[in-house]
Amino acid sequence: MKHFILSGLLFLLLFSCGRTKKPPETTTTEPGKEVYMKYCLACHPMDGSGVPGMYPTLQKTDWVQEDKTRLISLMLDGQQGEIIVNGQIFKGVMPAHQYLTDEQIADVLTYIRSNYGNNADPVTPAEVARLRSTQTGQN
Amino acid sequence: MIHIKQIAILVICTLLAGCNRTDRSTGLNPDSGNGGLRLPEGFAALVVAENLGQGRHIAVNGNGDIFLAPRELNNGHGIVALRDTTGDGKADITAYFGDLPGTGLQIHKEYLYFAHDTCVIRYKFHANDLLPESEPETIVSGLKREYQHEAKTIAFDAVGNLYVNIGAPSNACQKDDRTPGSPGLDPCPILEMYGGIWRFKDDVKNQTQEKDGHRFATGLRNCVAIDWNNKVNNLYVVQHGRDQLNQFYPEYYDDNDNANLPAEEFFLLEEGDDCGWPYCYFDDQKIRKVLAPEYGGNGDSIGRCAGKKDPILAFPAHTAPNDLIFYTHEQFPEEYKNGAFIAFHGSWNRSPQVQKGYNVVFVPFYDKLPTGDWSVFADGFSGTEPVNNTGDAAHRPMGLAVGPDGSLYISDSVHGTIWRVFYP
Repeated sequence: MKHFILSGLLFLLLFSCGRTKKPPETTTTEPGKEVYMKYCLACHPMDGSGVPGMYPTLQKTDWVQEDKTRLISLMLDGQQGEIIVNGQIFKGVMPAHQYLTDEQIADVLTYIRSNYGNNADPVTPAEVARLRSTQTGQN
Repeated sequence: MIHIKQIAILVICTLLAGCNRTDRSTGLNPDSGNGGLRLPEGFAALVVAENLGQGRHIAVNGNGDIFLAPRELNNGHGIVALRDTTGDGKADITAYFGDLPGTGLQIHKEYLYFAHDTCVIRYKFHANDLLPESEPETIVSGLKREYQHEAKTIAFDAVGNLYVNIGAPSNACQKDDRTPGSPGLDPCPILEMYGGIWRFKDDVKNQTQEKDGHRFATGLRNCVAIDWNNKVNNLYVVQHGRDQLNQFYPEYYDDNDNANLPAEEFFLLEEGDDCGWPYCYFDDQKIRKVLAPEYGGNGDSIGRCAGKKDPILAFPAHTAPNDLIFYTHEQFPEEYKNGAFIAFHGSWNRSPQVQKGYNVVFVPFYDKLPTGDWSVFADGFSGTEPVNNTGDAAHRPMGLAVGPDGSLYISDSVHGTIWRVFYP
């Protein structure tokens, strides 16, 4: 009987929490991948391929591998209007990601620069901080 | 004796049925494997043309000529015009006209109406010509163009009105679009000039949204799929529902919720309707509108959504309904008469789960409302299943049109393939 009451109470407690969901648990040890899964996955899916016509691919592209300043600015400021990546036109909107920390931006850029067929050196939080501090009128 | 009679009746019935079939026979031969499509039993398909660029909406003229709107200019070319001169259903002549890309395309009152992102223009054709006789007339100009949901699509009623879908350049009207923690603007200022269907005159030149446009219905995020049902004289649209619930509100939604919420909503629109965006979305498990989290919702509460317009049918989340057409011809079997075909472009926003859609569905109708649930009519466009990433799909169904003989034409946004589906 006691067990029944206890289980009942436990059930009620669990049930009352039903609508509040825990953020998805991440099992990865790569901090950049964690940021990617949380903030980038919707538009640039698991394989970084993007969405044709809307969101550019991150695979083997100069946008990811070359000019770090251009890449960090793209993260901080977002971008809208046409962008040509690997010869294809994309028109989707990239939101500004000012709300991410310097570490998170460095981590995720380092992650994409060393995955999806890219092979470029890491981005450091100091590089992100430097660019953020030179911007005016942001935030 | 009775036995023989029954056989005789059976033979006569078969002959009669055979005659009926011959009467409406298309005389077309399907491609092997129906051009890659899976169709209901008895239907067949052939590829009319391919490699026409990124196709958008499609229109078929009374003489069978086919037009395809381009998402981008194709080597500087605008609208594609196709003609079959041999009667085998395959296009033998490919020509181009115009110098604008766009989406909406429809034959109306012997004109071809075409919607670029900022205007609606129309072309006049002389006699049996494949190409228009002169420069187009501008019917509506100066439509606002932002960087999201910018494609304009069109429909016409029978009393001289043009309806234009003007999508909202936003996901959920947050202060900062698609940004975690950014609140929903209240009231949402976007709704003044976007996020609804605007009505214009179909034959008055140089109209503008500010001066001549009438907001027919609001609270519609983006309705690329729009058609006027002439049988019942009503406007119908299918809405692209909002994205990224789990990404911005993980306390209420997990990956699975995001993959399945919100439903894509099929609306019968009456003048003055408010369908709820951005304040509300439709949950097809709860079968009701739910308050959006940007406006204080928790995935369950209703709040201000109680009075918003409900859909007549709900489709799986994120599957991107991109065209709608009511079928009024005789070629297809009786159950298709007056029903609706809807092209689902296919999702991108279900990651990490597999993507869905990439098909053409059919909804049976009687009078103004569906008589049953939807079913997949044409499938196999993607060429790979499941589709994990949108870019894996070989083709994505985009536009629909019905030809003068009742064949259904389907366009593709990846390679500009056009299929003709018929009941041989």
